[in-house]
Amino acid sequence: MLRVAFLIPLLPLAGFVILLLSGRKLGNPLAGWLATIMVAASFVVTVVVFAGLFRLPAGGRSYTQNWFTWISAGHLHVNMGLLVDPLSMTMAAFVTGVSALIHLYSIGYMEHDEDFPKFFLYLNLFVAAMLLLVLANNFLLLFLGWEGVGVCSYFLIGFWFERDTASSAAKKAMIFNRIGDAAFLVALFLIYERTGSLDYHTVFSHLGSVGEPSLVAMGVLLFAGAVGKSAQIPLYPWLADAMEGPTPVSALIHAATMVTAGVYLMCRINPILYRAPDAAHVIAIIGAVTALLGATIACAQNDIKKILAYSTISQLGYMFLAAGIGAYDAAIFLMLTHAFYKALLFLGAGSVIHAMNDDQDVKTMGALARLMPITAVTFFIGWLSIGGLPVFSGFWSKGDVLLNGYGFSPALWVVGALTAVLTAYYLGRAYLLVFRGQQRWVEARKPGDRAGLKPHDPSWVMSVPLIVLGALSAVGGLINLPIHPDLDFLDRWLSPVFASRLFQHHWGLGGVWTFALIDAALALLGVALAVALWGHASERPAFEPVVLQRAWYIDWAYDRFIARPSTEVAIETSSVVEAKGIDGAVNGFAWLVRSTARHLRKVQTGYVRNYALGLAGGLVLVLAYVLTRAS
Amino acid sequence: MKLLAVLTIVTPHVNYVAILPELILIGGALLLLVSGQLVFAKIPTAFYSIGSGAIAAAALVASLVIWHDVQARGPFTTIADSVAVDGFAIVFLVLVSCILILASAIANDFLVREGIDGPEYHVLALLAGSGAMLMAAANDLILIFVALEIMSIPLYILAGMDSRRRESGEAAIKYFVLGAFSSAIFVYGIALVYGATGSTNLPQIASYLNTNIITSNGVLLAGLGLLLVGFGFKVSAVPFHMWTPDVYQGAPTPATGFMTALAKAGGFAALLRVFFSTFGVLRTDWQPLLWAIAIVTLLLGAILGLVQRDVKRMLAYSSINHAGFILVGLAAATSQGISGSVYYVFVYAILVLGSFAVITLVGGKGDENHDLDAYRGLGRRQPVLAFAFALLLLGQTGIPLTTGFLAKLYVITAAVRAHSYALAVIAMLSAAIAAAFYLRLVFLMYGVKLPVGSGGDEGALSLPVTGEPDDGLDPTGSVPTGVNIGRVVVPVPTAVAIFVTVAVTVVFGIWPGPLVDFVHAAHFLF
Repeated sequence: MLRVAFLIPLLPLAGFVILLLSGRKLGNPLAGWLATIMVAASFVVTVVVFAGLFRLPAGGRSYTQNWFTWISAGHLHVNMGLLVDPLSMTMAAFVTGVSALIHLYSIGYMEHDEDFPKFFLYLNLFVAAMLLLVLANNFLLLFLGWEGVGVCSYFLIGFWFERDTASSAAKKAMIFNRIGDAAFLVALFLIYERTGSLDYHTVFSHLGSVGEPSLVAMGVLLFAGAVGKSAQIPLYPWLADAMEGPTPVSALIHAATMVTAGVYLMCRINPILYRAPDAAHVIAIIGAVTALLGATIACAQNDIKKILAYSTISQLGYMFLAAGIGAYDAAIFLMLTHAFYKALLFLGAGSVIHAMNDDQDVKTMGALARLMPITAVTFFIGWLSIGGLPVFSGFWSKGDVLLNGYGFSPALWVVGALTAVLTAYYLGRAYLLVFRGQQRWVEARKPGDRAGLKPHDPSWVMSVPLIVLGALSAVGGLINLPIHPDLDFLDRWLSPVFASRLFQHHWGLGGVWTFALIDAALALLGVALAVALWGHASERPAFEPVVLQRAWYIDWAYDRFIARPSTEVAIETSSVVEAKGIDGAVNGFAWLVRSTARHLRKVQTGYVRNYALGLAGGLVLVLAYVLTRAS
Repeated sequence: MKLLAVLTIVTPHVNYVAILPELILIGGALLLLVSGQLVFAKIPTAFYSIGSGAIAAAALVASLVIWHDVQARGPFTTIADSVAVDGFAIVFLVLVSCILILASAIANDFLVREGIDGPEYHVLALLAGSGAMLMAAANDLILIFVALEIMSIPLYILAGMDSRRRESGEAAIKYFVLGAFSSAIFVYGIALVYGATGSTNLPQIASYLNTNIITSNGVLLAGLGLLLVGFGFKVSAVPFHMWTPDVYQGAPTPATGFMTALAKAGGFAALLRVFFSTFGVLRTDWQPLLWAIAIVTLLLGAILGLVQRDVKRMLAYSSINHAGFILVGLAAATSQGISGSVYYVFVYAILVLGSFAVITLVGGKGDENHDLDAYRGLGRRQPVLAFAFALLLLGQTGIPLTTGFLAKLYVITAAVRAHSYALAVIAMLSAAIAAAFYLRLVFLMYGVKLPVGSGGDEGALSLPVTGEPDDGLDPTGSVPTGVNIGRVVVPVPTAVAIFVTVAVTVVFGIWPGPLVDFVHAAHFLF
């Protein structure tokens, strides 16, 4: 059953190729259905492979499938091949599963878009690249997937490129990602230089002979790559702008899957981080600070998608916090549940945005619950999940992170706990402003009234994913319950990958329950704050300070201190250095070559006798040379 | 009695299977030739083309059979040791078969368009192909010479095939006269080598050189030098290249493509075998010579390619530049360099066939529409054709993700490994210069406005084949009269051939493994 693993990335890729060749002919909605089916089929294959892997004994759950030699140059040998192990299959399962739902949702969401087939073409390519990223058996192939998702993200953020904001957001995402990618590349060079390979297995088994400074450098550089892709401090501003893309894209790429690639990478390189604790500490600290920063900003945003975007940044920070302290299973657990509830929240937001005729400002919404019950209920579940209310999935996963965080350092716990309160609060604010309180929009009085709105729940293709994701968000925590040693399925499933390198603080059941109670109290505090403040009011300037609305002025600072000076330098370079120096040199060389050619071509007279003379001349030169060598 | 016994001609045992591809080509060519006479009705050109393609395909199958044999049993020699059946030969047998298949598809449309009836074109092509195969397999200097002539004489005639164009005949005469001249030099070289070593058999020469220290090597080196001149002529290495632009321009376009691919394949096959395998011990003597020839070949091809207005002439200089690259691999004189050269020949043959197939189509009826201006805006008029041509040109430029890039990479890497840094740098430099004329053509097709001074102001080519100096008579660069920019008809066989060449270029550029492995099988017998 493991042999079919190659189909997992290949099916979406096939979808991409088909759509590339005949997307326009398939049209709307066939192209969307094709893309959805491809991803769903990939999900089915993943489940089959997953089951096959599950049947193996725990110690032997690793299967490498080599397709062919991709690059063979000197000592560098890179295979195109997949690594099927519990970590990659867990990733593949949620990537394909959530993606399939979002594809389905997109059929409804993008219904009226002119470039409907193109949208699905990018989506399928994205899923294929993402699956390559998680299933790769070496760093270079991972990097190919890494770049693939990056470029798809660029295309999809700029999908409505007619808007200036969308195209500049796409460029911004690209540039921020490039910074991380450059570090990633350097890390690859370093890994190859130190271990002579890029294959995970070989690299990890050679780490013993690598010095710790090199290991720290590898860890930090790879983390720098992850910082770009997963929007951590300082490379996070692109994610908020990425909300210019269609909402399903935000749900799929900028919440559920692509941005988690960085966390996946950190988990994958756990053998390196284990030997480079300094690098791991940097990861944990950056993650914690990002979690808090994202949460504070999310408290004061008015654009529903920006709230979710900063929330994503914050949640990713949690994941890095967990990965940094070595609690990889907690990171993956949070990633999984986050994929469910964040996708749910984004899709819910998309449904609201649809209903509000593309308005995204929560301040102009209100009282939508009675008109859109499905959206409201599922969004409510999403809120409780991300907020960490007991029994909802977020409660368990976030609890896992906080628990381990405290075990590592109480300081990390304090930051995490503060973030937890804020998380329950800011999404409560969003929920209440959108679905409760007073109606702040104008209802359409009669059909065809353009000024007014007539909000309603979306069609079934959009509702089904909401309901499924809602259910998963509610009960997703079941896969890893810490309350009894037999119920932590995910931890045990992943344990062969992380082995003894896993950080686990054993609290005993009493400790676990104590923390669970504290977590519940924190979450309830956040919910209570939200209800008290925003239950009936829509304006509270004191709780939306300008500094938070402007996201701590960090974007402004980037613009002022980096973007503008760089532009100045670029303009200067292009008008002076490039035009005079470089172009001058190039033109000079071209002139030299051309004038040489003008003289040389005179030899080419067209007369056979002259050509024969040339031949004979060459012969004489050859013989003259022979004379110098003859003995 | 004793005397009689000595005079008895000993017929060597002939292993016919070992030379089956060559036999198929020769037999097939004869069959094709007589088939026209056996029936009274006029046989359509397509029949001959299909026949020619089928014969080449049969030769391909035979080559693969032999390959299988060699892989199972190891390389061997046959027919009194004059033919070597080894991996190296077989790579070229396969290549020549592929060239013939593609060329017959491309030629068919040309022959139909120009109304050149009869089987002669294909018969000549098959015969030339058999010569090229023999050059690759020959294990004896005499046989190399015979093979060289079997290959060359049909090529001379092919160059003059288009009797309605005066330039075609002129090209044939020029090619023939100079070819005969170089052949004479080549034979003299064989004689000198024989005089110095007492054998014309390559392994025997090699073992003689290995076991004897030659105190006076003047004759041997002179012989080697003369052989190099003969080979240099065939592969258009500078300064033995001067026929190239005129013949390329004058010959019928599909014949030009075929000739380029075939002569490079056959010429380099024998050159690599003789120099690296047989005279390998003398490498310190011949390496500087090849080094110098490679450099001037690289630079002259790239530089003069820049100032051509005729696309065929431009590609002639491009082919000189490519020959330089292939020589870079040989000049490294390492097995890595030889692999690089073989890979380069393989890749270039495919690229150049595809390129000339496009040029044949754009040339239009009369085969005269070869000015750069004919390509202006082709990207808009015929996007698919232009895209294919662009890919082929990018392949020749050596853009990554094409086979052309890998070919350049391999030979330059070999040069670097052999510490020929200057050669490597000059090779790269020449590739950069050559990129200018390939890309100019691409830009022209896609209507990119070129800044004044880089594309428009150089002299238009006059008619060099008529004896005028090859210099600008038309400094204004205006559109010459007679340039036809109508729609180009793309017949199916040529389209398929172009598709195949593009596919090979791109697929093996992205996924180099299989082709590289295949070429790596090109081991010498000894």
